[in-house]
Amino acid sequence: MNETTKTPSETLVEISLNDKKISAPAGSTILDVCKQADIETPTLCWAENLTPVNACRVCVVEVEGSRALVPSCSRPIEEGMVVSTDSERVNTSRRMVLELLASSVELDRADKEILEWIIHYGSNPDRMGNSNEIKTSKQPVKIQDDLYVRDYERCILCYKCVEACGEEAQHTFAITTAGRGFEAHISTEFDIELPDSACVYCGNCIGVCPTGALVFKTEHDMREDNSWNPDEQTITETVCGFCGVGCNLELHTQDEKIVKVTSPADHSVTEGHLCIKGRFGWQHAQPKN
Amino acid sequence: MPDIKFGTSLPSLNEKEAVDEVVESHGPVTIEVSERLVYGGKQRQKERRHLLLPALHALQRASGWISPGGLDYACRILEVPPAEAYGVATFYHLFSDQPPNGDQILHVCNDIACGLNEADDLIDGLKKEGYETKSSPCLGQCERGSAVFVQRVASDDSVLFDTDPKEFQKSLTKSSEKELIKLPQAGSDHLRLLSRIGIVDPNSLEEYRSLGGYEALVKALEIGDEQIIEEVTKSGLRGRGGAAFPTGIKWKAVAEEKRRVHHLVCNADESEPGTFKDRILMENDPFALIESMTIAALAVGAEKGWFYIRGEYPLAKQRLIQAIEKAEKSGLLGEDILGSGRKFDIELRSGAGAYICGEETALFNSIEGFRGEPRNKPPFPTTNGLFNEPTVVNNVETLANIPRIILNGGEAYASEGTDQSSGTRLFCLSGRVALPGLYEFEFGATLAEVLDAAGGFSGSGNLKTILLGGAAGSFVTPESINLPLTFEDTRNAGVSLGSGVIMPFSDEDDLTKTVLRIAEFFRDESCGQCVPCRVGTVRQEELLIRAADKQSFNTDISLFDDLATVMSDASICGLGHTAASAVRSALNLGLMETK
Repeated sequence: MNETTKTPSETLVEISLNDKKISAPAGSTILDVCKQADIETPTLCWAENLTPVNACRVCVVEVEGSRALVPSCSRPIEEGMVVSTDSERVNTSRRMVLELLASSVELDRADKEILEWIIHYGSNPDRMGNSNEIKTSKQPVKIQDDLYVRDYERCILCYKCVEACGEEAQHTFAITTAGRGFEAHISTEFDIELPDSACVYCGNCIGVCPTGALVFKTEHDMREDNSWNPDEQTITETVCGFCGVGCNLELHTQDEKIVKVTSPADHSVTEGHLCIKGRFGWQHAQPKN
Repeated sequence: MPDIKFGTSLPSLNEKEAVDEVVESHGPVTIEVSERLVYGGKQRQKERRHLLLPALHALQRASGWISPGGLDYACRILEVPPAEAYGVATFYHLFSDQPPNGDQILHVCNDIACGLNEADDLIDGLKKEGYETKSSPCLGQCERGSAVFVQRVASDDSVLFDTDPKEFQKSLTKSSEKELIKLPQAGSDHLRLLSRIGIVDPNSLEEYRSLGGYEALVKALEIGDEQIIEEVTKSGLRGRGGAAFPTGIKWKAVAEEKRRVHHLVCNADESEPGTFKDRILMENDPFALIESMTIAALAVGAEKGWFYIRGEYPLAKQRLIQAIEKAEKSGLLGEDILGSGRKFDIELRSGAGAYICGEETALFNSIEGFRGEPRNKPPFPTTNGLFNEPTVVNNVETLANIPRIILNGGEAYASEGTDQSSGTRLFCLSGRVALPGLYEFEFGATLAEVLDAAGGFSGSGNLKTILLGGAAGSFVTPESINLPLTFEDTRNAGVSLGSGVIMPFSDEDDLTKTVLRIAEFFRDESCGQCVPCRVGTVRQEELLIRAADKQSFNTDISLFDDLATVMSDASICGLGHTAASAVRSALNLGLMETK
């Protein structure tokens, strides 16, 4: 289980953040303090409803006394810690992490801020070589059912989907990281098709994916025929009517049709996660075309 | 049963028996209790998950691959989700998720040392003769040349060297395992760790005891736990696995941890290219390591010991297993060690082809039955180690120093070597030297002295460079020949002793090939967890291949600098931190542009 429910500690810890003193409750991470101080920090594998796996390394900061840079998402603050988030070392590593990802993974459908960070840090993936000459994660799209599309050439291996499928939310354990090194990839056992696996189609993996590698089939189809337009979508909050738990739903509608369903990550009941009924059980609300 | 969805494939009888045998050693195969009983499913899963790695070994051996039916059976017995177990199985090079073509696979080393011995020709020759052959990273047989690890179905693995492809069938049946090793320095009275090597029968506890074995344990029981740590602290012993952390400090930290259980792990996942020191200690003096571990366990209050040995060391594994059994039978391990009432057990775990599992936290995950991915530190193993419990991890060579420290006292030990590097150090010499092999020197000996002892540079051409510390180390020029091989002098010179590798190369050797092999090694061994290492090692290799084609590095040097920086600054573990180290030194010295 993630630990978002723990009560904040009363004790305050003081650290120096970019030469300014700042206090935060003991147990806070460096990232928490950065947010408190309005310092924008890029994150890819971190999510507020999952335990940090600190795998992407884009949130690294410099901590005095530490030889290597430190992942801000998972490192708890300590009294007297001296942190800088804007040093040359920090900016070089952030630029390179984004550059390495952008050179190997298709990011054009990633969350908007990821594309902004690539520009902000001056990443230049082209210098790694022509995409025909260098290794990338290019591969065919996986469509094995009417609900999910898995487009793994967009996968940055942030582990969020594995976490959400497993201990952090669903406890279904249908997917895992398989293989090693650059060949590491998200897979079911022996790469069996999703409908044959343990998958229960809760869609929580889609809910946490930051790069559009996992999407609703509705979204995928609309993107393919260029009709996907988030700017024209409205979000309506409601409560799921399938059972008595009381999950908050956010219905994303475009042209008066539901195109996607999410739940707020800070909602006390769902923590952003839903089940198949809340996530996909809305087809009856609109006519099939 | 817990709420896990299993598959429908069935295991073969062999596979079922193989898994059952592994699980039986730890209790009943199936536990007939309902989920609602006090003994919850979650706890059962936790207690048996660590049997996944041994179960995968058993399946691979039983049928030559991890079949869907075999994996599913292991998952049902151990209550592990099949996807997770598949993720673990595909992490290791010695497990295959494809059916085998025959009853053996030859893993032929073509790493940096064997590469000098025309390993690629051997691979081609064996393939022509019809053998299923894979190229392999360093097999830790560098002093003997052209090593082949033979992985068999339903039979024991073995290692062969210096084989002719045409004569390979004969070599397969010939056993050289009874022969005693001959050390280049045999008989020299300055040997400490190596004093019994080649003299003691590794299968005989009696012989080990007649040569002073287990006197240290007796003394350790007399002086008591605190005094053991005191002597080790006074000795100034520092870890020999590469990080050089003071052993006494590590032990004290765990001894003072109030949480139980405490674990002691012997890290024998020796996989650094060019390194074979731990293998020679394990194969030829196994009881010494069991005794050392027992003393360490007393000192830190560890009830449970784990010996994690790389999968490609079948002889060392076999000798350690029999040593553990004999020590148990003689009351030197188990419930009541030498009548003291103290208890300590050792469980041996075999890796399955993953350099990264030598990283201490990756090693924990590997033992626990998860993918061998390193954890972020802090927290450190002394508080949150194996099974999240306080853990001491020591390298084989580090532990081998312990009996001597106990018998003669920490001060006597510290009187050898230098102020900051006490005692002796093992050096693995291979490559272009006259007498490759394992050497022991008091700290302070220079590179020249060590090379001279091994007969100096040998081969055609002139000495061009020396690789110090392995693939994670660095190349130095012959001008560094007077460098004293101590922790402090190497650090000041910006190089590292690492695992004690010393590998000279000639100006006629194809150093471009060597450097590319190092880059390939890191690309191949990266676990894939963090971006800097997963993609950085690939881009580093691509850059070097491009540069080698063009015979020029001018255009790409700023890209190399950035790759090296992000890997060493932002990777999770030491593999990424050092993945550009040897390559950088090779570029600085212009080694790839001379050929």
